[in-house]
Amino acid sequence: MSTLWRVAEVVSGVPETESSRTIGLRVDGLNGNLAGQHIDIRLTADDGYTAVRSYSVATAGMDEILEITVDELANGEVSPYLVRDLMVGDQLEIRGPVGGWFVWRPTDPNPVQLIAGGSGIVPLMSMIRAHEASENPSQFRLLYSLKSPETGFYREELLTLGQESPKLTVDHFYTRKVPAGWPSAPKRLTAETLLANILPADAAPDIFICGQTMFVETATEWMVQAGYPTGSIKTERFGGTGGIR
Amino acid sequence: MGIISSGFHGKRRTGNPALPPGQYETASFPVLTAGPAPYIANADWEFFIRTETGQRRAWSWEEFLALPQVDIQTDIHCVTSWSKLGTSWRGVSLDTLFEDVETTSEFTTAHSYGGYTTNVPLQDLLDGQAWVAWEFGGEPLERAHGGPARLLVPHLYFWKSAKWINGIELMPHDVAGFWESNGYHINGDPWREERYS
Ligand SMILES: Cc1cc2nc3c(=O)[nH]c(=O)nc-3n(C[C@H](O)[C@H](O)[C@H](O)COP(=O)(O)OP(=O)(O)OC[C@H]3O[C@@H](n4cnc5c(N)ncnc54)[C@H](O)[C@@H]3O)c2cc1C
Repeated sequence: MSTLWRVAEVVSGVPETESSRTIGLRVDGLNGNLAGQHIDIRLTADDGYTAVRSYSVATAGMDEILEITVDELANGEVSPYLVRDLMVGDQLEIRGPVGGWFVWRPTDPNPVQLIAGGSGIVPLMSMIRAHEASENPSQFRLLYSLKSPETGFYREELLTLGQESPKLTVDHFYTRKVPAGWPSAPKRLTAETLLANILPADAAPDIFICGQTMFVETATEWMVQAGYPTGSIKTERFGGTGGIR
Repeated sequence: MGIISSGFHGKRRTGNPALPPGQYETASFPVLTAGPAPYIANADWEFFIRTETGQRRAWSWEEFLALPQVDIQTDIHCVTSWSKLGTSWRGVSLDTLFEDVETTSEFTTAHSYGGYTTNVPLQDLLDGQAWVAWEFGGEPLERAHGGPARLLVPHLYFWKSAKWINGIELMPHDVAGFWESNGYHINGDPWREERYS
């Protein structure tokens, strides 16, 4: 069952940005995953101390290999180890893939609006990949908010897909630094910009929003205020600053 | 099983006996919700209990506030691995709300504004184990955290503490709620690490 800890072997580790890495894991007997699911990773120190964190699956394959992309948090307990120290050939324990709600299935009929903040792109990339690999003709649109071009995950792939895929539109939004030749200066994402760059409510899209907690909260509020039905919005919060002071 | 990650030492934030297995302590209060937070004005809020025979009791916001209020100090444990220790709440004990309710059911479904449901056995709701809470840390509960009021069942993973609580329905058998039908455990006891089904 998917809820037991099982062994995964690290089969690849490719830097995604200066502070992040995409890690390929082979899990014996794994039969793919749904787009949007996550796994839990458990690390054990040599004295038996353990730490567990969740990571979204970036891929949506049908086989024994899946990929995650981990962003290093300064002073984090687990992410620096995964980004800097873990090596190809190492083993670790995983649970999952889990989750049956923040997922996109190739049989879903509606257009889809994806909204990613920073590393929140990971499960949405899995949906994009599953959608591209499927016959599903519905329109996908991605709004990807990030600090600077250098912090973008899956840059080449998103660039290519954005230009070539007939069923995916990609919009980047830069909050601190824009690429050379970009038509506008970096600025905070506002409700107006967000709403101007997503599928309209009357297109009845399914909406997936993912990122740090505050990003997700804010974007979700804007969408609800703008009349997107609450039932059409699914959110995944990665943690970080949030809530009661 | 023992896969050791050489070079991983950890930060030992979990050396605390108040923490269930696999949990780490956080000082902030992360928000975790399936979707957007619904708006419910206090004037529109009510809390109901419906029994298996169809009998229904309901309290308006004012009636609810007129019930005996208790202060609760408790640790809370989220399935995504954070725990927050020593949180303080104010609300009404479910023992008070169930005082005049006649039932032979052993199971309940908690219903929230916005459509969320979660299943909790009745025995986990009674005997000083659960509350309908409307104050957190001395302030009215923020909407993001379930305001006007949320269920508080702190001995189970926090998804059982349904935000924006609307009422409790007594059930003839255990019916999986929202997260329970989406891969999460039917009981959700953090001390037994009942995270996923
Ligand atoms: C369902 C789910 C999916 C996730 N998927 C991914 C993913 O695909 N890629 C990824 O990089 N991360 C993902 N995360 C976040 C991840 O689980 C860890 O929280 C993150 O890697 C930090 O762990 P850490 O041990 O390094 O930091 P910790 O030692 O846990 O925390 C260090 C400090 O950072 C704060 N913090 C914790 N999490 C965050 C955060 N996300 N952002 C900002 N501050 C934070 C803490 O409050 C603490 O002060 C996901 C989380 C969830 C719940």
